[in-house]
Amino acid sequence: MRIGLLASRVRTEEKRLLDAFAHRGAEVDVIDSRTLRFGLGDASPPWQVILNREISGTRARYAAVSLEAAGISTLNSARAGEICGDKWQTSLALQRAGVPTPKAALALTPEAALDEIAAMGYPVVLKPLSSSWGKRVSLIRDPDAAEAVLEHCAALPAPQAHLIYLQAYVEKPGRDIRVVVVGDRAVGAVYRNADTWRTNVARGATTTMCDLHGDLADVALSAARAVGADIAGVDVVEDVDGRLLVLEVNSGVEFTGLQRALGEGCDVPGAIADLTLARAGEMTTEVPA
Amino acid sequence: MIAACPECERKLDLPDSTRLSEVVECPDCRSELEVVSIEPPLLVIAPEAEEDWGE
Repeated sequence: MRIGLLASRVRTEEKRLLDAFAHRGAEVDVIDSRTLRFGLGDASPPWQVILNREISGTRARYAAVSLEAAGISTLNSARAGEICGDKWQTSLALQRAGVPTPKAALALTPEAALDEIAAMGYPVVLKPLSSSWGKRVSLIRDPDAAEAVLEHCAALPAPQAHLIYLQAYVEKPGRDIRVVVVGDRAVGAVYRNADTWRTNVARGATTTMCDLHGDLADVALSAARAVGADIAGVDVVEDVDGRLLVLEVNSGVEFTGLQRALGEGCDVPGAIADLTLARAGEMTTEVPA
Repeated sequence: MIAACPECERKLDLPDSTRLSEVVECPDCRSELEVVSIEPPLLVIAPEAEEDWGE
């Protein structure tokens, strides 16, 4: 049984994952996704399970699709990566599964977005369909700002940038919550605190311990299941009434901030390593049809 | 392990736990450097973050 860890950049997370595998006596091949190529009908690559830690969403998705086509089990699956990599598909999946999430909309042109924003009301959050780390996410408070932001979107060269994803802004108490789900378990939660409205750790938000109470764990697990992710970073916000709403689900979860805040009481890399090894075990015992 | 920064030629002392594809920062010129070889240790300017990078 060979396990691969796919990454073009070995960050603290990947090093901790490799340490966790080594601690369990498991050998793992580190595969640089920049070297991968797939030919139709090629012999299957030598791995049975791949832990997909590729930082580029595009490479991660195409690697997963190609590896799965070759009979390799990937964590997360190609389908989960596709849904999590698209905020509208995520919203649809959450709604379909009855997971509480803010009102959201997709407009197929910036002009249609202006009408939709007027219908939704202000403030509203505009997000690129597939961005991460809070990049180019805009909080729009009035029609002047809406027109300006949409004009910029229209000027971007990529056709996908002209599809406008909108999410109702949820007033939050200077923080949101990141829950990490691994398999059928929510393994840890932290508050992400920021002075600004964006609470991404990549933008400087600080993390502090959050009690992973039953409701929070249930919501996060439901969200991960809704998008089909075995490993997920679920972003949850508490509204003014204390209701928990899922903002988005990340399939290539970064956990250094969470791990630092939770310390020894939580072992995210260990949980991911255990899940990967369990998957490898299932692949070994599967009887060919 | 000693490797030179390709930008400013500062000699960096890399820990033995350094891995391929890891990114380190040059303390002098602040360049982000990718480890592309362990034996011998070799650093190149790391790729810039692209639009689709993230979680």
